[in-house]
Amino acid sequence: MTMLEARDVTVRYGDLTLVDGVSFTVAEGEWVMVCGPNGAGKSTLVNAIAQGAPYTGDVLFEGEPLRRMKPPQVARRIGVLAQSNAALYAFTVAEVVRLGRYAHREGFFARGGGGRGGRDDGCDGGSGRNPAGRDDELVREAIERTGLAPFAQQSVLTLSGGELQRAFLAQVFAQDPRMLILDEPTNHLDLVYQKRTFELVREWLRRPGKAVLSVTHDLSLARAYGSRVLLMDRARIVSAGAPSEALSPANLEAVYGMDVHAWMRDLLEKW
Amino acid sequence: MAGSAFRESFRPWVWAAFAVATAAAIVLCVSLGSVRVPFVDATREVWLALTGRPAGDAKVWSIVVSVRFPRVLVAGLMGAALSVCGCAMQGLLKNPLADGTTLGVSSGAGLGAIVAIVFGVQVPGLPLAGTTIMAAAFAFLSLLVILTLAYRLDRSLSSNTIILLGVIYSMFVASISSILVTFAGDKARTILFWTMGSLASTNYGNAALLAVALLAFGGVLLTKRRELNAFAVGEDNALHIGVDVKRTKLVVLICVSALTGICVSVGGTIGFVGLVTPHMVRFLVGPNHLRLMPAVIFGGAIFLMLCDLAARTLLSPRELPIGVVTSLIGAILFVNIFTAARRKGK
Repeated sequence: MTMLEARDVTVRYGDLTLVDGVSFTVAEGEWVMVCGPNGAGKSTLVNAIAQGAPYTGDVLFEGEPLRRMKPPQVARRIGVLAQSNAALYAFTVAEVVRLGRYAHREGFFARGGGGRGGRDDGCDGGSGRNPAGRDDELVREAIERTGLAPFAQQSVLTLSGGELQRAFLAQVFAQDPRMLILDEPTNHLDLVYQKRTFELVREWLRRPGKAVLSVTHDLSLARAYGSRVLLMDRARIVSAGAPSEALSPANLEAVYGMDVHAWMRDLLEKW
Repeated sequence: MAGSAFRESFRPWVWAAFAVATAAAIVLCVSLGSVRVPFVDATREVWLALTGRPAGDAKVWSIVVSVRFPRVLVAGLMGAALSVCGCAMQGLLKNPLADGTTLGVSSGAGLGAIVAIVFGVQVPGLPLAGTTIMAAAFAFLSLLVILTLAYRLDRSLSSNTIILLGVIYSMFVASISSILVTFAGDKARTILFWTMGSLASTNYGNAALLAVALLAFGGVLLTKRRELNAFAVGEDNALHIGVDVKRTKLVVLICVSALTGICVSVGGTIGFVGLVTPHMVRFLVGPNHLRLMPAVIFGGAIFLMLCDLAARTLLSPRELPIGVVTSLIGAILFVNIFTAARRKGK
């Protein structure tokens, strides 16, 4: 079942066209990888979908335009794990994770939530109510799932880059969205954290009604974890399909201007 | 991990402790001064006044209720207001150097006051009100100018745009103020005194104005505590978890500007309170705005009341400008807290 559909999405910045008429879909249970060289428009594309940048065209979530939704409604459907997050104030890990529950709040001071009742998005058992107890439960679960329990009451200023990134992964798990957008979240992380992050996301994806859209430079990770790949170059999607198809030697050669497969093999042979 | 590990608000006894500390500061401030009044007598007269009963001791009443109490009230309310503004701005902009003056509105208010002093703007029947009203009007005008400019430059109202515009606007306004001061002649002294901040001629009317402003604008700021948490973690993160980023910014900026403008119009530019109090309180209760904002209201009130007490008494019978005292004490405290916080990894 199609969860997200982008139709003719275009992002312009002044005279520059950063994303040029891109269309694609993401279905339930899929992990779609957006690959391509620097400046291809990958991050700009997911940024537009995550509401960070103005775009023309349409992005539909289960048939409904995201553009017409209020921020909390979007956040209940789509969670984003950004490339990096720098901490300034000494919030505890638990406090940062708990922020993930923001869009699910109900009550007098919770605004822009799209009204009461289950009509909204069915993300919450249909009732739309959210007792604080359930928030606690989801926060605790997210902290435990990401292995952060020993750090829960520790200041984020004392965490390493990898641990901090995991705190934000826990936050987005607590947010409990339908779809996860990852914008090169493991770029500056060492191998152990990279692997752990991808494994945690894969495990999350096994739950019913979830999907992942991620931007990655790492073609090996895209092949290993992606169910489908969108290869972008110069603001357009140049090929899309199963990883082996989209990342075929010919496609990669056209985009990167080098024999990527040969280089990868060469690298592995050194081991 | 117990459920209580996620508790984000204060327990009742903490609220009680805040209230007691504030009350103690009030008693201290109305008792001490050029004439010392015993704590018990001062408390009794204030209590009689608050409950609408006649004076117990006419002499004590005239010192405590007529002169000191309104001033202490103004100091407390203003300290609370400036601090809550500083706290909101430091969270919103994720910048530890921000405060209510960052947007430049208080400089605008200052210019209004200088214009009033130089051109002798007066409101018939209300002595001194000319300066206050002009300052408030200029604060409001400044807010309009800055927000219009900000929207034109950058529709997303990014933090950098806000800070940059605030700095540039403040410089621009300061240059106009300097021109006015150059030609102010013998009024320059009045202007100087005003720009250093003074609570010397404040009255119950000022206190009422501040109380209403604090209730209204401070109240709105308090409803934005969760959003401020999100901004303090990061603006992009706030967007991703579903905060209406633009609307929150607009609401916070308007409330902060209005509140700061009113404070400046009542007591002149009292620097450092809005910058330092949030840091002191954050050191004690942590950065979570659900706790930080209410604590800052009490902390700011106590801090400015005590600074005003120091201003009145240190060189008695001469009075120091309160802005000088807040900056002096604030700077020393700030450095201490900063080194302590660094050491503790806060």
